[in-house]
Amino acid sequence: MSSALLEVRNLRVEFPTRRGTLRAVDDISFSIAPGEVLGVVGESGAGKSLTGAAIIGLLEPPGRIAAGEILLEGRRIDNLPYEELRKIRGRQIGAIFQDPLTSLNPLYRVGDQIIETIRTHLPLSEAQARKRAIDLLQEVGISSAAERVDHYPHQFSGGMRQRVVIALALCAEPRLIVADEPTTALDVSIQAQIITLIKRLCREHKTAVMLVTHDMGVIAETADRVAVMYAGRIAEIGPVRDVVQNAKHPYTQGLMGAIPSIGGAEERLAQIEGSMPRLTAIPPGCAFNPRCPKAFDRCRVDRPEPIPVGTTQVACWLYEDARAKEAVHG
Amino acid sequence: MIAYVLRRLIQSMLVMLTVAFVAFSLFSFVGDPVANMAGEDASQRDRDQLRRDLGLADPFPLRFVRFVGGVLQGEFGFSYRNLQPVARLIVDRLPATVELAVSATALALLVGVPMGVYCGLNRSSALAQAIQAVSLVGISLPTFVTGILLILTFSVGLGWLPPFGRGDTVRIGWWQTGLLSVSGIKSLLLPSVTLAMFQMALVMRLVRSEMMEVLRKDFIKFARARGLTSRAVNFGHALRNTLVPVITITGLQFGSAVAFAIVTETVFQWPGLGLLFVQAVAYVDIPVMATYLVLISFFFVVINLVVDLLYYAIDPRLRDGGPGGTGKGR
Amino acid sequence: MSALAAVRARVAAAWASDIAWSFRQSRVTMAAALVTLLLVGGAVLAPWIAPTDPFDPAQVDLMNAEIPPLWSAEGDARFVLGTDVQGRDMLSAILYGGRISIAVGAAAVAFAMLLGVTLGLVSGYLGGRVDAAIMRIADVQLSFPSILVALLVHGILRGLLPASSREALSVYVLIIAIGLADWVQFARTVRSRTLVERDREYVQAARIIGRGPAAIMRAHILPNVMSPVLVIACISLATAILTEASLSFLGVGVPATQPSLGTLIRIGNNYLFSGQWWMTVFPSITLAVLVLAVNILGDWLRDALNPLLR
Repeated sequence: MSSALLEVRNLRVEFPTRRGTLRAVDDISFSIAPGEVLGVVGESGAGKSLTGAAIIGLLEPPGRIAAGEILLEGRRIDNLPYEELRKIRGRQIGAIFQDPLTSLNPLYRVGDQIIETIRTHLPLSEAQARKRAIDLLQEVGISSAAERVDHYPHQFSGGMRQRVVIALALCAEPRLIVADEPTTALDVSIQAQIITLIKRLCREHKTAVMLVTHDMGVIAETADRVAVMYAGRIAEIGPVRDVVQNAKHPYTQGLMGAIPSIGGAEERLAQIEGSMPRLTAIPPGCAFNPRCPKAFDRCRVDRPEPIPVGTTQVACWLYEDARAKEAVHG
Repeated sequence: MIAYVLRRLIQSMLVMLTVAFVAFSLFSFVGDPVANMAGEDASQRDRDQLRRDLGLADPFPLRFVRFVGGVLQGEFGFSYRNLQPVARLIVDRLPATVELAVSATALALLVGVPMGVYCGLNRSSALAQAIQAVSLVGISLPTFVTGILLILTFSVGLGWLPPFGRGDTVRIGWWQTGLLSVSGIKSLLLPSVTLAMFQMALVMRLVRSEMMEVLRKDFIKFARARGLTSRAVNFGHALRNTLVPVITITGLQFGSAVAFAIVTETVFQWPGLGLLFVQAVAYVDIPVMATYLVLISFFFVVINLVVDLLYYAIDPRLRDGGPGGTGKGR
Repeated sequence: MSALAAVRARVAAAWASDIAWSFRQSRVTMAAALVTLLLVGGAVLAPWIAPTDPFDPAQVDLMNAEIPPLWSAEGDARFVLGTDVQGRDMLSAILYGGRISIAVGAAAVAFAMLLGVTLGLVSGYLGGRVDAAIMRIADVQLSFPSILVALLVHGILRGLLPASSREALSVYVLIIAIGLADWVQFARTVRSRTLVERDREYVQAARIIGRGPAAIMRAHILPNVMSPVLVIACISLATAILTEASLSFLGVGVPATQPSLGTLIRIGNNYLFSGQWWMTVFPSITLAVLVLAVNILGDWLRDALNPLLR
């Protein structure tokens, strides 16, 4: 995996509070290959957005990276000074946030915001940058871009604004985009358009995407690989097809069971009993054990590390035996 | 645009009419001008004659119309206290107050706004916390206490600056200015610092909290994620967005500078409108009070109007269909 | 469990709460609370703890006039902070003056709160024209500084009163004037919170079971809008004390027979140039410290209750 574009090793994000330090992201590792779309899925509070914020270096204080490292093209970026990291943001790692209505400064024309970003990162003249801004707007599907470039954000609808945000994220040709719930705030009818757009643009620009969402459907449709997060840890990570169709971790199985399938037999949707523990009360052993239908004694004591099972990595003691057997047979 | 201005103008006129009505009611129901003007030994017949001459025997609406007409022509009646035309008194006193209020407001803004911006940006720095602490003292010190302490120090103690009066004034047309003589400037120093102190602290605190508010916004986070320089984020994006509240503050500040000038003028025996008003309140000198009321409200209405129009210039969201605006696209 | 233990448990729970925690976090806040307590305590207990009664002619001796504070060369042990031109003990005058300042300030805030909360509730709950009218008045008034409004109301009220009762009623006139100048903030905050609460299920439920608007406002909405009101009340108290002091300083506040801190400062101010600085400096410091302490408490309360304010 030395060719990875982004590599996250044993990342830990903590929030010091008066009731003790909360570990919101606890020892997670994963990597993203160039041009790859990695979906990160989980319930709210699972730590997926914080992982994204940690990567672009914009954790809000008092949140901080307590351990681990983040490497971009083999270079460590989690300990860079602010100014160094700033040059990476936008230029090498773009970002798309959840709410397009609040992501744009209401007092500036959208064109000015794009031009400003382009000129921060690329040695272009005002006129060249403007030309590029118009091209970008066109590319993200805004009609009569030459005219719309001089409009203010409030003159765009929500879906159109998210397109502008995407143009802003792409405008310096970054190698990676961290998209944090890019469709959650949008109308259902527009969500599919935006997802298709992100997918197409990233394929054309060979940009890798870390797509953070709680919507398994979006992941199944878009991602190459998927990481399932639970209570700050990765439960399972692997190729999207395998995870969706042949989930290994009981939590992932529960998630998949909760998605209605079209044309499937009319059966009740499965649901996971209980809810994700609060960060103040994560149980010892596997964080999922109180809700897990297959939990046994060891799950309540030891924390499982991700182990390879077939094409995926699963953090679950159920597969320890399988691996041991494999080792014997192999 | 024109409709908006027109609507605001009509609103302002309504407010002015209301204030004029209150002022007129003061005239009509509080105290008896005839008793005041005719003197103790006038006969009942003389009094009735005077009442008719003054038009006080006419019905209420007619008198109100006449009052408004008089105000529009700058006729405000006679002071009960010294029987001079109120308009004369006002014209004599106006320049002193304007010079005091303008210099104090300028001082408050020139010092308060940069300090507020600094404290908003570097909230946890030692200097910012020191400024914040001092500002709390600043808003807790009553204006007259500040004035007294300054007089004790610079006039009684050090003997550098005069403790009262305006110094030498120069007449330009009807305007008596103290700004053209050394003693005039020296006399202005203590009162304007006194008046500015409270405003300065208030401006600083308001700008600081506005700045902090804006810095929490999503578009600031997104601007950072785009890799814009700190300078561009803080001064281009954050400061511009605090401009609207800062303008409001400026308007209000100028207003309250005029109001608190009442106190400052009393401390320094500054011969302005405020001192005139305090004397009028003490003597229940209704015409002077009513005139001051009308004048001050006119002044406030104008300030509010200007502030509203400035919003309009700054915030594109208020301008329906801005440059080439086709409204909301979908 | 005995009643005492129950009380102890409640106190312990309150001490462990978030608000108490943020209070214990800040030494400045604790100091401010202590100072406030001391000053308010001194004011309330003035008749018992003050060395003399400055309003009792029998206890005042002109022979003692203009004695400087204790630590000056001509100081007198009986008068720690010196005496004024009539021979009154400054310390006693300040204690009694603080009593009037705090009483007038608190009464004015209570009046403003009553008026503002009522109008805010009515405005938010009923909406429509009532709302438009109240908020229009509030807007207009808000563009005028409160000291100006207080001065005007004061002037008008005094004009309406017969000259003979002006003096006797002047404290009440002052309270009403300051209160009328300060209700807007209460009304605006309560209104916006009421607008939120009005459409909540529990209010609709109360409406369905046939409770009248007045009962719903009082029993259901009011308790839910009170926490920001407390913060505003605390900050308003500082403002009200300042306004009272300013008015008294201008000579339109409480009569000189019952001097508040502002009045003492005004009287002392006359002797600023003849060297009797203590007559004005001590009341000034007391006033500034009082307002500062209340302001710090208000700031802290606002931050501690912040989530409730949004």
